Amino acid sequence: MSDSTDEVRAYTVRLELVDEPGELLRALEPIANNGGNLLSIFHERGNVTPRGHIPVEVDLEATPERFDVVVDALREAGINVIQAGAHHYSESLTIVLTGHIVNTDLSNTLSRIQESTDANVTDLSLSAPEGTDDVSSARLRLATEEGQAAATLATVRDIADEKDLRVIEPLMGGEVA
Amino acid sequence: MNIAVLGAGAVGTAVADLAGDYGHTVTALADSSSAVVDADGIDVADALAAKRADEPLGDATPDDALEAAYDVLVEATPTTLGDAQPGFGHVARALERDRHVVLANKGPVAERFGEVRELEAESAGTVRFEATVGGAMPVLSTIEDFDSDQITAVRGVLNGTANFILTRMGAEGLGYEHVLAEAQDLGVAEADPTFDVDGTDAALKCVIVANVLADDREYTLEDAEVQGIEDIPGSALELATEDARTIRLIGEVTPAGEVRVGPRLVPEHGTLAVTGTENIVQLETEHAGRLNVSGRGAGGPETATAVLADVGRLPEL
Repeated sequence: MSDSTDEVRAYTVRLELVDEPGELLRALEPIANNGGNLLSIFHERGNVTPRGHIPVEVDLEATPERFDVVVDALREAGINVIQAGAHHYSESLTIVLTGHIVNTDLSNTLSRIQESTDANVTDLSLSAPEGTDDVSSARLRLATEEGQAAATLATVRDIADEKDLRVIEPLMGGEVA
Repeated sequence: MNIAVLGAGAVGTAVADLAGDYGHTVTALADSSSAVVDADGIDVADALAAKRADEPLGDATPDDALEAAYDVLVEATPTTLGDAQPGFGHVARALERDRHVVLANKGPVAERFGEVRELEAESAGTVRFEATVGGAMPVLSTIEDFDSDQITAVRGVLNGTANFILTRMGAEGLGYEHVLAEAQDLGVAEADPTFDVDGTDAALKCVIVANVLADDREYTLEDAEVQGIEDIPGSALELATEDARTIRLIGEVTPAGEVRVGPRLVPEHGTLAVTGTENIVQLETEHAGRLNVSGRGAGGPETATAVLADVGRLPEL
């Protein structure tokens, strides 16, 4: 990995917004205006913090320098930034799950992976040549924080075990698959 | 040197057959029920003809072979798990007699490594076991030459049967059962391929490597985390290939000293994605980066060359 500060990285910013119309747009503008590339927005409407705010998780890409500018701009705009830069999604991990993937609630499997690890599922391919009632396979790409790949895999294995699914892991340490 | 060969399967018979080419004399050859013994050298061709005809090798018993005159006992009986008998007992007896032992049988060094080393320490004889890991490939001798302290991790494809099955599944989009049957027809897979496809065979080899690398602990099969390839659907290989990857049964001894065997995603055209029955071992070295050793990891004559290379490394008694 290069040490260059020009390198674009993925970041997650957790914001707390006042429950008022237009507040979400007001929060996203400082990101877009300062060179941040928005990847996803998770708007937990209905989930309210003890202080009556609505938590929003924003994934964005930026160079480390640009990211600092984005966070400063958010704060200047009066947006409450709870967490910034703690997540550096710098490692990509590809796994294949096999077994009764569809019948064991694929959507639940994916959300549990996201909830119980620091990883994001960024890509999914499903192959069920025998139909979804039979054994099928799914290829997942996970974005994890630097150094967290092994821990992420361990958690994925636990979730898969519970559902009687097999995890075909990438070989770690050798040529990265 | 004078060699007694215990075990008259593919490896044992090949050792007996090739020993003369290497300048050695076979003084005994035994299978599980009979033996032929002659201190001046047995007639190897006669014994092998008898074996092919399913006749007794000779008038002697396997115990006679164990007690015969030899410098080196070649232990090539089938690998057994747990107490590793009768192989372990053969090793113990030869060492008690201050004779050398060369193993093709993985059991004694995978399951009772510490005891083998203790018996060796009390004996004038030496134990070598190159043939137990990677057939013809010089894996253990490379580690020995480098010095085991200089090797930080080892990984690779250590079972040709499993690799053949995964290669065919990936290339032809065929299911596991179909390819296994094809492998059995071709003689690539044995009638009972359990240890090849459930990862046990590869795990035993990794356990032996771990024992060689470790200074402070002993490994057995129990210490290995093992997964096989029996329940991998064709769709898994298809998804891997779509993404420029493939699946191989990889055995590893990690830098932390864990022994793991299981199907792993590797780059489709990477070094570890060997095809067919070929094997490969990657050694991570402290100061010299990565070394790759590849070749035939099984087969009678192939494995016999590793046995005879070991015989050549032994000191005179």
